[in-house]
Amino acid sequence: MACAKPASEGARGGCEGEAGARDLVVICRCEDVTLDEIRDLIARGYTTVEEIKRITRCGMGPCQGRTCRQLVLAEIARATGKDIASVAPGRFRPPTKPVRLGGAVAGAPDSDNEGIEGDGGEQVR
Amino acid sequence: MMAVNKCADAVVIGGGVVGASIAYHLAKRGFGRIVLVERSYLASGSTGRCGAGVRQQWGAKLNCLLARESVRMFERMDDELGYDRSIEFKQGGYLLLAYTDREMNQFIKNVELERSLGIPASLLTPAEAKAIVPMLNTSDVLCATYCPTDGHANPFHVTYAYAGAARRLGAEVMTFTEVKGIVVENGKVARVVCDKGNMDTRVVVNAAGPYSGLVARMVGLEIPFWAERHQILVTEPVEPVLRPMVMSFSRRIYCQQTPHGSFVMGMGDPNEPHGFSTESSWKFVVEMAREITRVLPPVGNLKVVRQWAGLYDMTPDAHPILGATPVEGFYLACGFSGHGFMLAPVTGQLLAEVICGEEPSIDITGLNLGRFERGELVVEPSVV
Repeated sequence: MACAKPASEGARGGCEGEAGARDLVVICRCEDVTLDEIRDLIARGYTTVEEIKRITRCGMGPCQGRTCRQLVLAEIARATGKDIASVAPGRFRPPTKPVRLGGAVAGAPDSDNEGIEGDGGEQVR
Repeated sequence: MMAVNKCADAVVIGGGVVGASIAYHLAKRGFGRIVLVERSYLASGSTGRCGAGVRQQWGAKLNCLLARESVRMFERMDDELGYDRSIEFKQGGYLLLAYTDREMNQFIKNVELERSLGIPASLLTPAEAKAIVPMLNTSDVLCATYCPTDGHANPFHVTYAYAGAARRLGAEVMTFTEVKGIVVENGKVARVVCDKGNMDTRVVVNAAGPYSGLVARMVGLEIPFWAERHQILVTEPVEPVLRPMVMSFSRRIYCQQTPHGSFVMGMGDPNEPHGFSTESSWKFVVEMAREITRVLPPVGNLKVVRQWAGLYDMTPDAHPILGATPVEGFYLACGFSGHGFMLAPVTGQLLAEVICGEEPSIDITGLNLGRFERGELVVEPSVV
């Protein structure tokens, strides 16, 4: 996967107000989604996290939106004039950490609500 | 929000891919004022949760014909709809695996039927299948069928592309708007009652996916129909290593690598109760992992990043219910039984033809609601 520039680096570059520089601000590092793309979609009426996610893949990568979800919420709040707390954060889906399929093979088949623990995405059982 | 009353020539209920396709095809024919109503955001239901596959290998002639036409439409969709992104249509084929004699015999019949209809499917030995999918574990595989023009498209983008094109043709797309009732006067559709106001209309199309039974009840129709949860997971993206969708009916699984690089896979559960639950379960991940690592062993090295569930809108014969009903102006486009995404392009065209009083380009009289009362089911033997 392409290695994207962290959002903070773009921000340090003084993006605001500089035409063409905002597309260097990466909001979703897993899927290479830029601030420009997010703002463009909001301006076109896509003012929910769920829609922006489905159109751009923002938040669908390995980190599952840990970085970008807050940033997108802040952009939506700013553009719509809403308080950020009133903007729906969208669904969080399991597993909470990436888990190796080969590891899941050994997982408990009968415990439907078994959580996924351990580091490095391995199923611990 | 203040309620607004409107007039429309047609109201399409359901902003999934089927509803969006119907709205587009009606608008393209200049049917008048078209309104697409969706209670959440576009593709928020079954469409956005589906396996995203497009296949033409079926055991029933009608499904073959519908799928064949849809593939032709997917091939030219980016241009036709003037979409500014891409629907990501990839024709990497479908490889169907037979593990039992019964499956093998069915596959032999299916390929004969498909070829007679111009679908380029063929019967393969396990070795030939392995040449297409080198990571395939061929032990216990008796034979396979393969159609190179089957494939994948992005369900979100297809829906947004249809809705966007419909809008440019003058249709109105009302998201976050819920239908509360439908008024029928003298046996004819008269009005749709929504939480944001009423719409006078002479045509209503029920494309509400798994909720179509509830919408049909609003005009007093009972359709033989149920919703059933199906679960899916997606892995981290990796380099392209798997071209076709790999599928087995007896193992009840399917798995493909999307153009984005992630692997999407799902599995049916024969004991799944009817209902509207879309909860995910860990049990599914374990069972899916067990099956897929037998069929495609290297996939065990991939990490699952997300899992979810969606609803199939099931009919007794696993064929959709399409066309007019005893209530004048009320049309059905539902009951796709897990295949609505791949059949959506042709469905939109056929429904628009029927509603506009044209001769449908494929004869779908066999798929109308009356077939259940007449006992004329169109059985499809090849479903996951």
